[in-house]
Formats: sequence, C-alpha cells, structure tokens
Amino acid sequence: MSEPKTKSKIRKEAVSMPKQKPEVRRRNFDEVALGYVEEQALAEADRCLQCPKPECIKGCPVEIDIPAFIKLIREKKFDESIRKIKEKNSLPAICGRVCPQEEQCQQFCVLGKAGDPVSIGRLERFVADWERQKGIDAPDKTQSTGKKVAVIGAGPAGLTAAADLAKFGHKVVVFEALHLPGGVLMYGIPEFRLPKSIVQAEVDYVKKLGVQIRTDCLVGRTYTIPELLGREFDAVFVGTGAGLPQFLGLPGENLGGVYSANEFLIRVNLMKAYAFPEYDTPIKIGRHVVVIGGGNVAMDSARSALRLGAEEVCIVYRRSREEMPARLEEIQNAEEEGIICKFLAAPTRFIGDEKGWVKQMECICMELGPPDESGRRRPVPVEGSEFIMDVDTVVVAIGRTPNPIIQRTTGGLEVTREGTIVADENGRASIEGVYAGGDIVTGEATVISAMGAGKKAARAIHEYLMKK
Amino acid sequence: MYKILAKKELAPKIKLVEICAPEIAEKAQPGQFVILRVDEKGERFPLTLVDWNRSKGTISLIFLEVGVSTTKLGGIGIGEDILDVVGPLGNPSEIGRYGLVCIVGGGVGTASAYPIARALKEVGNRVVSIVGAKTAGLIILEDEMRKVSDELFISTDDGSRGYKGFVSDVLKTLIGKGYAFNLVYAIGPAVMMRANAEVSRPYNIKTIVSLNSIMVDGMGMCGACRVNVGGETRFACVDGPEFDAHKVDFGELIKRQMMYTSEEKLALERWEKRRSSCCE
Repeated sequence: MSEPKTKSKIRKEAVSMPKQKPEVRRRNFDEVALGYVEEQALAEADRCLQCPKPECIKGCPVEIDIPAFIKLIREKKFDESIRKIKEKNSLPAICGRVCPQEEQCQQFCVLGKAGDPVSIGRLERFVADWERQKGIDAPDKTQSTGKKVAVIGAGPAGLTAAADLAKFGHKVVVFEALHLPGGVLMYGIPEFRLPKSIVQAEVDYVKKLGVQIRTDCLVGRTYTIPELLGREFDAVFVGTGAGLPQFLGLPGENLGGVYSANEFLIRVNLMKAYAFPEYDTPIKIGRHVVVIGGGNVAMDSARSALRLGAEEVCIVYRRSREEMPARLEEIQNAEEEGIICKFLAAPTRFIGDEKGWVKQMECICMELGPPDESGRRRPVPVEGSEFIMDVDTVVVAIGRTPNPIIQRTTGGLEVTREGTIVADENGRASIEGVYAGGDIVTGEATVISAMGAGKKAARAIHEYLMKK
Repeated sequence: MYKILAKKELAPKIKLVEICAPEIAEKAQPGQFVILRVDEKGERFPLTLVDWNRSKGTISLIFLEVGVSTTKLGGIGIGEDILDVVGPLGNPSEIGRYGLVCIVGGGVGTASAYPIARALKEVGNRVVSIVGAKTAGLIILEDEMRKVSDELFISTDDGSRGYKGFVSDVLKTLIGKGYAFNLVYAIGPAVMMRANAEVSRPYNIKTIVSLNSIMVDGMGMCGACRVNVGGETRFACVDGPEFDAHKVDFGELIKRQMMYTSEEKLALERWEKRRSSCCE
C-alpha cells in the first residue's frame, strides 16, 4: 500500500499540456491544445491529495465526484473513471476543453494555495478522449416512466437537461432550430478550441441515452410551447441561449465588412466558410481585422480571423487587460499567435468607401474611472484623443441579448425587461410545466453554468412529473 | 429531408417547387418565409412562402436561379430531397380590412406578393394589383393574381406586355387617376420597392415592403439581415421581414445585398464547371 501523501512530496507545478506551436497553429484550424498522453495524465492525477472533504466538487456546477474520477485514473481504470464522470456529466470531452476550470473546480483545489491546482479539466478531457478513441459504450437504459418532455434548444443547457431526463426514464425530444445540434458548441466555439467531431460524438452519446433530436424546428414558429404542452408533452425545458447580437449603435456600423461576432462565427464554424468555395457560404477577410470586445467570443473571433488569412488582427477593448472577461489561457493563446491587444480604446464611428465597405475606424482613448455597477472600473473617454485605424473587416463582439421568439409567442410567460425568461433556482418558469435554464435565463454566461442549470431543471422536472 | 413533389418552370430561370413539409404548411401565413439548405455544403438562404396546402402537407416556393444556392435548388428533381427547410419564419403580414389596397409585385417578388393579395382579398378588401417584369416572358402568376384581384394591371420595362415602364409608374398613374389606396404593398427588388415608396410617400399612403436582406440563420442570431428603419437597426428575420417602406434606408439595404457579389459569382462558376465536367 502506498503511503498517504503529504503536501511536501507533491510537485508544485501542474504537468503542462502539449500544444501546437503558435507559428504553426495560427494558420490552421486544427485543435490548439493536444491533450495529455497517458504518462502525463498519470503524473497529473498523482498530484491530487484525495482530500477527505474535497473542496473542488463545490466548484463544479454539474457536481462531478472529482477526487473519485482522478483516483480511478491513478489506478489506470480509465473505463471506470469516465463512467464516474458520466454519472453527472454527459458532455465530458466538451467540458474538459471549454470550462473555465480556473474559476470553478480548480479554484477550490487545496494545492492552489501553494502552487498550481490539479489540472482537473485536462484530466477530464484525457479520460473522455480515451473513451472516444476506443469507442463509446452504450449507456444502460432506464425503465420508462411513460412521461414525455420537450427540450427546446440542443445547446449545453438543453443537451444536459435532455440527458439527465432520459436517465430518469422520461421520453425526451429535443427541438433544435438550426440544422445541426450543439448550439453554441457548434456555431460559436471554433474548431481549433473545440473540434466539431467531438461535439458530434457527445451529441451521439446523448442520443444513445434514448433522446430524440429534431433539427430544423423553431419552437415559437413551427410549434409553440402551449401546443407542445397540449399535444403530447408533460413538461417543457427552454434552453434557447443568447441570441440577438448587440451592436454599438455607432455611425457606419451597417457598412459592409462589419460583422457581429455571431455572424462571423456562424459563417466560419457552422457553415464552414473557411472552406469557401468548396462550401457555399462566403466570408470576407481583409488584411486588417479589428475585433471589438474583451471576452472569449472576441478571442475566438480574432483567432479565427488570423486563421482565415488576415495579415494583422487587433483586439480593441475599452478597459485594461485586468478587466478583460476572457479566460487568461485564451488571452495568452491569442497573444502567442500574434494578435495585438489595444486596451483603453473604443470605436466612435466607422468610415466607408464609395461601395459601402468599411475602410477606417475612428476610436477614442479611454481612462479608467471609479468602479461601475459591475465592480469593474468604468472606462471614461479622454477628450480630444480620437485616432483613426485602417480596417478591412470589423467584428463586433460586445455580447448578445436573448432571442425574442419564444417570449413573443408564449402568452403568460414572465420575462424580464432585458428579455430573459424569469425562472427560479430550479428553472421553474411562470407557466406550470415550463422550465428554463442557461443564457435564456441568466443572460450571456458560460457553457458549464448553462449545463448546471440544465441539470437542476432536469431534477426539478423529474420531481414535478413524478408528483403529477 | 424534404421531398420535392412537383416542379414547374414558370419563366426562364424562374421555378416553382412544391415541397413536402407538413409542419411548415400547418403554420404558414402570408408574409412568412423559410430558410433552406440544399445540401451538406450549401448555404442557408431565405425564400418567401408562396402557397401551402395544410391537408396535403405541402408548401410552394418560387425562385429565380441567380446564385449557386438557387441554381442548386433548381437542379433538384421531383422525388428528390432538399436537406433542410425550416419555418415558417418572420412575422406574418397584418391582414386586416383596409378598404382599397394596392399590391405591387416586381419580377419574382410577385410570388411573395401573391399570398398577401389573396389573404387581403379573402377578408373583404378591394384589391388592385400591379404585376411587372422586365419583359412579357418573365411575368409570373398572372392568372393567380387575377383571381385574387378586383383589377389587375401589367407592366413591362420593354413594353412587350401591358404598360411600358415600371410598376411604380403604374402606381403613380393610378393614384393620379383618383385611386384612393388605403394601403400599398410593394414587393420585389430593392430598387423597385424604393421607387414605389417614393411614389406613395407624397400622398401619405401607408406602404409596406418585404425586405430580402442577406440572412444566415434567419431566426435572430447573426444580424446579417440588419436594416436601418427610421434610424434604428432592426433585424429583418425577427422584426420583419415587412417594414414601413417610408422608413427603410434602401440605399444601405442595396449596398448590403451586394456584399458578396464577387463571391457569389465565384461559387456559381465553380459549381457549374463541376456540374458540366461530371456530365461529360
């Protein structure tokens, strides 16, 4: 038997993750992070203290038994390890890649106090990839309850709710408006950060649980929620995500070459515009690309633009680096690839050529004033500091507001002034049998928080159906 | 998969397809559209619903083969499938009792105007329609429009049928003759819609246009279809597609519609080259 570990024997540094070299990856769409090989995973798993009262689990919105799955990796029982994760999380290869673990499970890891926390996300990714490469086992089917639930939106919240509801034994049909399931995982997050074949494989796993997915079906139009409840479904979960792109409201914003990040990323990811003209959907990338915003979507857009052949990509952000909402890892990746960040600057107008195409952007310098309601220091324009940048393409990545279609077509559904659906902590909305979770309730947030909301709602729906 | 059940060439390069899509047929209303994706590598693009049959579960679409997507669609035979069709999308037309209404259809836009004319007629409006095209051979849905109109006027740019000139010229003439329209619907190319808006503006006649902006998802996600209406940015897919013609910035719309002209040409050429090489 091995001796119980003491902190002093533990390596302070996490095993680093192999990555494609910046000078290579900046021109291809292949995945940047390559994942641990077995020895690396074993070494990293070995760092886990197996705390008797694990803190890390508190940071996981989907409640994975983290020490248990890591222990199984250590014992080389990868099969059992992935099964342990899948008790709680049906999308581990996705979470292992895109969760901001540094703000969640890893933030609570005891090792983080005097070194790097255990790389929980990388380990999750390792076992998920290990399983996918050998072929994903068909899950056990639960006995049917005879109840039927409609899930609207096949994104992170909807897929999680659907998987959990199926595990409870309910019949689940997911209605997806686009032609492919996955939501933001498919149309938003780029291939180099989350390969679409992986999303497809995890969606297939959810299907194996017995979930039926219907694409090309826009609830609110093709069917309405009252119709779904009236016809065949006992409950509905709404996970329609963040929708309409926000714009700056500046002169020249509708010029050609000014994209919302949503349009830019949908063209590239969902429609594969990077392979135009083999694929029919085009995208225009000039020499100088500017991305406005400081979140993960801005990073994804900037890095995509670089891979599409832009000579220079510049991120313009109105606050400073410290306030950037993007994950540190993504900012570092972007900078390594040669993306320039221009802090404390904001656009004031876009200037077009005679054909209606953007050619220049006027900006103004900002300085940071006292904190605003978000707790971050408010950017204040510096009078007379305007300057002009030459641009061929602009991507506006300043956030999204909720898609309005469900709210407009569901009488009696309580909605906030911002357009999000009102739901309690278990996802219960104002109509009996209707639940909601993810960005449609919280406004724009992360994949994992949407998954957590899907999970909670699934549990609440299960309780509701069993009492009904 | 959505099967094509019937197909007809109405005029050179203008085709009608009837598609099996029971869920869309069930909900379709005048003014709404669908988004299609013909095949795995295809674009998503919008087409207005022209007709639907709820009992048969079919919808009809009319399109001009102009780019790679519509050309591909035109190449699909009866009994073959379209990969994706989603809808009905957009807000339906407001079908009310207005009194005397004028429906103006320009080119293939007549196809979009037809279900609106029919619905307005059904609720008891007096419908005067103007249908125009470049030349006589390109006039579509003449019989259908005649059936749902109290009066029908035809115009062609070259004078080969009806009045020689634009549909907007006919509208102007009719207003001049004392037709007191309470509502004008103008649907067609952006320049045609703009021309009609300018004709009705001095008379303060409520005028509605249906905007054919570039769309990708068509359901409120991408913002490609944004238009300036009364100084505000609106999304044609979820706020439209119909807007007050007198408030639309058509100049901007036209420029935005031309954003991908060179790419569209390239994609079409490439596809036609491929098609001819595999036919040889």
